[in-house]
Order: sequence, then structure tokens, then C-alpha cells
Amino acid sequence: MSVERSRLTWRDTISEAVAAITQRPVRTLLTALGTILGVGAFVATSGLAETARAQVSSRFDALKATEVRIQDAAPDGTNPFPDDVAARLERLNGINHAGLYYTVADSGSLQPRTTAARPVNSGAAVPVIAAQPGAILAALPVLQVGRIYDDFHETRGERVALIGRAAAAQLGVARVDNQPVVFIGDIAYTIIGIIDDVQRNPDLLLSIVIPASAAERDLQASGANYLVLIDTAPGAAQLAGRQAPLALRPDHPERLQALVPPDPKRLRNQISGDVTSLFLALSGLALLIGTVAIANATLLNVIERRAEIGLRRAFGAKRSHIRRQITIEAALVGTAAGITGASLGLLGVVATAASRGWTTTINPTTILAAPLIGLVTGTIAGLIPAIRASRTPPAETLRA
Amino acid sequence: MTDTVPPAVESVVVVEGLSKVFRGPPEVAALRPCSFRVGAGEFVAITGPSGSGKTTLLSLLGLLDTPSSGRYLLDGVDVAGLSDNDRAGVRARQIGFVFQAFHLIGYRTVLENVELGLLYHGTAKAVRRERALEVIERVGLSGRMHGLCSQLSGGEKQRVAIARTLIRRPSLVLCDEPTGNLDTVNSDAILTTLEELHAEGMTVVVITHDAGVAARAQRNLQIRDGVLSETVGVG
Ligand SMILES: Nc1ncnc2c1ncn2[C@@H]1O[C@H](COP(=O)(O)OP(=O)(O)OP(=O)(O)O)[C@@H](O)[C@H]1O
Ligand SMILES: [Mg+2]
Repeated sequence: MSVERSRLTWRDTISEAVAAITQRPVRTLLTALGTILGVGAFVATSGLAETARAQVSSRFDALKATEVRIQDAAPDGTNPFPDDVAARLERLNGINHAGLYYTVADSGSLQPRTTAARPVNSGAAVPVIAAQPGAILAALPVLQVGRIYDDFHETRGERVALIGRAAAAQLGVARVDNQPVVFIGDIAYTIIGIIDDVQRNPDLLLSIVIPASAAERDLQASGANYLVLIDTAPGAAQLAGRQAPLALRPDHPERLQALVPPDPKRLRNQISGDVTSLFLALSGLALLIGTVAIANATLLNVIERRAEIGLRRAFGAKRSHIRRQITIEAALVGTAAGITGASLGLLGVVATAASRGWTTTINPTTILAAPLIGLVTGTIAGLIPAIRASRTPPAETLRA
Repeated sequence: MTDTVPPAVESVVVVEGLSKVFRGPPEVAALRPCSFRVGAGEFVAITGPSGSGKTTLLSLLGLLDTPSSGRYLLDGVDVAGLSDNDRAGVRARQIGFVFQAFHLIGYRTVLENVELGLLYHGTAKAVRRERALEVIERVGLSGRMHGLCSQLSGGEKQRVAIARTLIRRPSLVLCDEPTGNLDTVNSDAILTTLEELHAEGMTVVVITHDAGVAARAQRNLQIRDGVLSETVGVG
């Protein structure tokens, strides 16, 4: 004689699970709360960690020295650099702009001015800087009006000039569309741009800047402090400093000396590593606490229902029927609570970052993993007591 | 694996040397080896003082627990040979329970609790609903159909429990002190319903320590300190 089997359709399993969730809203909320808190804490902590780390990085990026100066290691009054500085350097990796730069020595004969006639009583003279276009660009300038002279002007030794904001005020130049000129010595240079600001070499703001080739030809400059200014890509300063002397003077690289900033990468990595491991520890802790909270809430919920499980068994439920129902319940609650917790945690991160003026940076895996953590932890925590209760003889679970 | 008793016997329950020892500590011999039969359509009362082993015996009869020794044939099938899933199947199809503590699902409605009687039969939802309405009507709870079970009185709860068993039309109804928590009026209503079930051909075994309840059964078994003995029927 064969026994007729117990049967529970999937539809009925799901509707029993949904009823258990929706018809005990307080209990469900309490269960969910553990998961919401757990997942929320995890997302918030790891999100803040990520954001803070990115913040540290970007602070360092902002400060990150990308400036390299090459100077004469043994100054003898002559220009130690070749003519084609930019061409030689800009083909090296990580170098954005490079060019020769020096202040033209002025014994008082230059008398920069906007009129042909020399002034009778000369006040403080505006300095004249000779710079190749790359050196100006390496200062990261912002123009008020006009434009920067380029390689064309440089190679041809065009008589053009840029003037700094302060020098423009001193000379009384406000516009360039009327092609104003500045006289240096007795030579007129057309002003083609006014520099409003620079991030490096603020001397540029106080000076008249002319192409290095023009300065050499017109002003017979010598005895100046010759420099090559280089702007590098972030992180390339060290390499540029090592390669530039050889690129510029393959015959006598020792004649040149590179001034590079302290390696910011190592410092940043160190600090960012510290921050990361600190927050990683915190996230781990939050995850642990969260897991315990989820497990605890779900565990309590199921233990509370031992008698119900016993009853269902008495009325013919198979162990697998109990497992299925509890799994579905725990999965639904865990996922919903996980998503809620992740959203709240994310909101917390965004709000915190916004109040600090930081950019929220969060690893998408964290957000995607969070509901999964709720799901998996909740399901395991729900299943273990459910399996135990369904293995206990119903006589015992009903006795409670 | 399964032994079959001759069909002529027509016993729903055949128990031979059935016993239960709870492995402690302390070890409790809750039911001493006992043998008896319950014929199809009988109404049997088992009486005995508290702690004598009544619930233990009923749990064994209802496949809610496994015996320490002995044989139990239910409808001619030796249940010792059944897998856990098969035992669940037997409980689902053949046995109905009424507990002293009701064991309703408090957060579900009367209707849903009654429908649970057929849930593990795989019966279609619509059929369950239809039959639930019938039996709820029969126990006089139509007005409370959509109320939560946690909000019912004791008497009403037991009527829901009876309806939940009724809907299954089991061959064997096992009741553990069904009137233990009820006043006389409610007790009487429950007993009347049990008598009706019996009249409809179901086999009913009622545990009680109420002599009045026992008096309404066809046959009385007595249990004392785990030892079962048959007394002369009064009714
Ligand atoms: N799971 C168990 N573990 C240990 N001892 C148990 C267990 N279940 C019952 N007992 C013991 O077995 C004995 C019989 O218990 P049972 O519940 O069958 O008595 P009862 O006749 O139903 O009593 P009552 O009328 O109070 O319900 C009691 O001494 C009880 O303490
Ligand atoms: Mg009892």
C-alpha cells in the first residue's frame, strides 16, 4: 500500500510566506530593522571610507607637484641649454610643456615703456622675461585678453610680448585689440596678450614676457639665471627630472641639475593606505555587527514560530515545505530590507559628503553586494532554526 | 516492509507493545508497552491523571513522535517502515488533530486557519475556500470568518480547530483534551460536534481527564503512570 503524498504548490508556498510577512507587520519590521541597520551601517561605513580615500587622493592630486625645473649646475654666464628645448623634452613621457625661461639682466638701459621716447626720470623698471612658449604654458597661465605667442613666433624671433596683469597696470595697458606696443631698449614689441593669473612663477604677472629667441637676438642677454621650466603629467615629475638633463645635454648631462618636488606618490599611497585600512577595518566591523543583527532578528522570528512549524508538520507539511516557506520569507524580507538599508546608507554617505563639500565616491559592488548580504545572511539565519524546528518531532514543538 | 493485517479485522489502529521512553536526563518512561486496537468508526476516550502519558500516546498515534519500541499499524500499514515524508503524507491525508492549546496561527484569519487543514493536500485554492466556508458555517463562526484567530475566545478557537480538522475529512480524529480549556457550554458544543463526526463514520480518539467527556464515548481506555488498561464502557 502506498501512502498518498503531502503536496504544497509553489503558489501556496509563496502566498503563505507573503502572509507571514504582511500579516505580522510589527514582527516583520523588527526583523527587517536588524537587516536595515546592518546593511545600512556597512554601506555607510564603506561608502564614507571610499569617499574619504578619494578625498585624500584628490587633495594630494591637487597639491601633487607636476613642476620640474632644470637649472645650470655650473653657471658660467652662458646659456647651457640647446635651442630646441621644447622639442627635446615634450617627446618624453609625461611632459606636458617645457621651455627656456630667464629674466633678462637689466642694467637700466631697457626702460620698458609704451612710448618711443625714453622717460627722463625712470622709476622702478618693469622686468623683462625671456621665455619660450612652453615655459609660459608650464606656469599654467590664464589670459585676461589676447593670446600667448607660439612656436611660430619663437622660431622666427617675432617681436611680440605678453605682459603680466601687474605690469599691464603699471604700463597703462588694458587692451590688445589696438595692437599696443612696448618699447624695450629701442625696440618695439607688439603686445598680444595680458596674463591674468598663473599657478606658478608669479614673476610672470609683474613682467613683460618676450620670446627667448627675440631676447637673445635683440638684447644680447647673458649672465642670466637660465632655467628650463617643465609641467608634467601627475606623477611624472620624478621621471622627467631624471630624463631631462640627458635629453637636453646628451654630451654633458651633469652640467644640468633637475629640481624635482618630493615624491608625492609615496606619501599619498602611505596616507591613503592608512585611511583605507582604517575604514576597511570599520567596514568589516559594521559588516560583522550587521550580520549579527540580521541573524539575531531572523533567528528570533523563527524561534518564535516553532509551534507554528510544529502545527504545519502535524497537518502534513514535509520538512522541505517548511524550508521552502521560511527561505522565501527570509529572502523577501532580507532583500527588501537590504535594499532599504543600502539606500539609507548611501543617503547617509551622500549627505555627509555634501556637508563637507566632498565628492561622493562609492564602489558600486558595495551597493550591489549589500542587499545580497541581507539576503544571504537572513536566509541562512532563518533556515538554520527552521530546519532544526522541522526536524524536531512535532510532538515536542507543539508542547512549547 | 509494510505488514498488512487481514482486512476482516477492520481496525484503524493496531498497537502492539508500543512504548515511549524519553531519554533524559532524567529518563522518563512516559508510556509502558501497551497493546490495543481501535476499530473503524469507534469513539474511544482515554482518561488518566496529569502526567500519566496521555499526550505521549496520542502523539505516537498521530505520528507526531516515534515510539521507543512496539508496532503500530495505521489502517493496516506498519508506520515504522515509513519515511519522514511518507509520515507527513499520512498525517496530511488520514489524521486530524484537535489540541488542548488549540494551536491556531494567531496572525491569520479564521478562514485561513481552517483552509490550512487542506493546505498540504495540494487542493486548489478555490476548493479550499469553498469547503472552508461550509465547515465554518457548520461550527457557527461565519460571522467571525475574517477575524484574526488571536482575537477569538477559547471556545471559538476550539471551534476553529475542529473546523480545520473537519475540512480534511480524516479517517482518524485525535483530540487531546479538546475541552480542557473550555467552560461547560463550550465543552458541550465541542463534544456534540465530535459525536457528529463519529456518527458520520470517522474514528475518534479523545483524551480527557473529564469523566463527563469519557462517559459520552463508546469505549474507555485508562492510563495510569504510563500503563494502559481497558475499562468497561459506560456509554
Ligand atoms: N519531551 C519530553 N521529554 C521528557 N519528558 C517528557 C517529555 N514529554 C513528556 N514527558 C514526560 O512524560 C510524562 C507523560 O507526559 P504526557 O504529556 O504524556 O502526560 P499527560 O498524561 O498528557 O499529562 P497532562 O494531563 O498534564 O497533559 C510526564 O512525566 C512528562 O513529564
Ligand atoms: Mg497532555
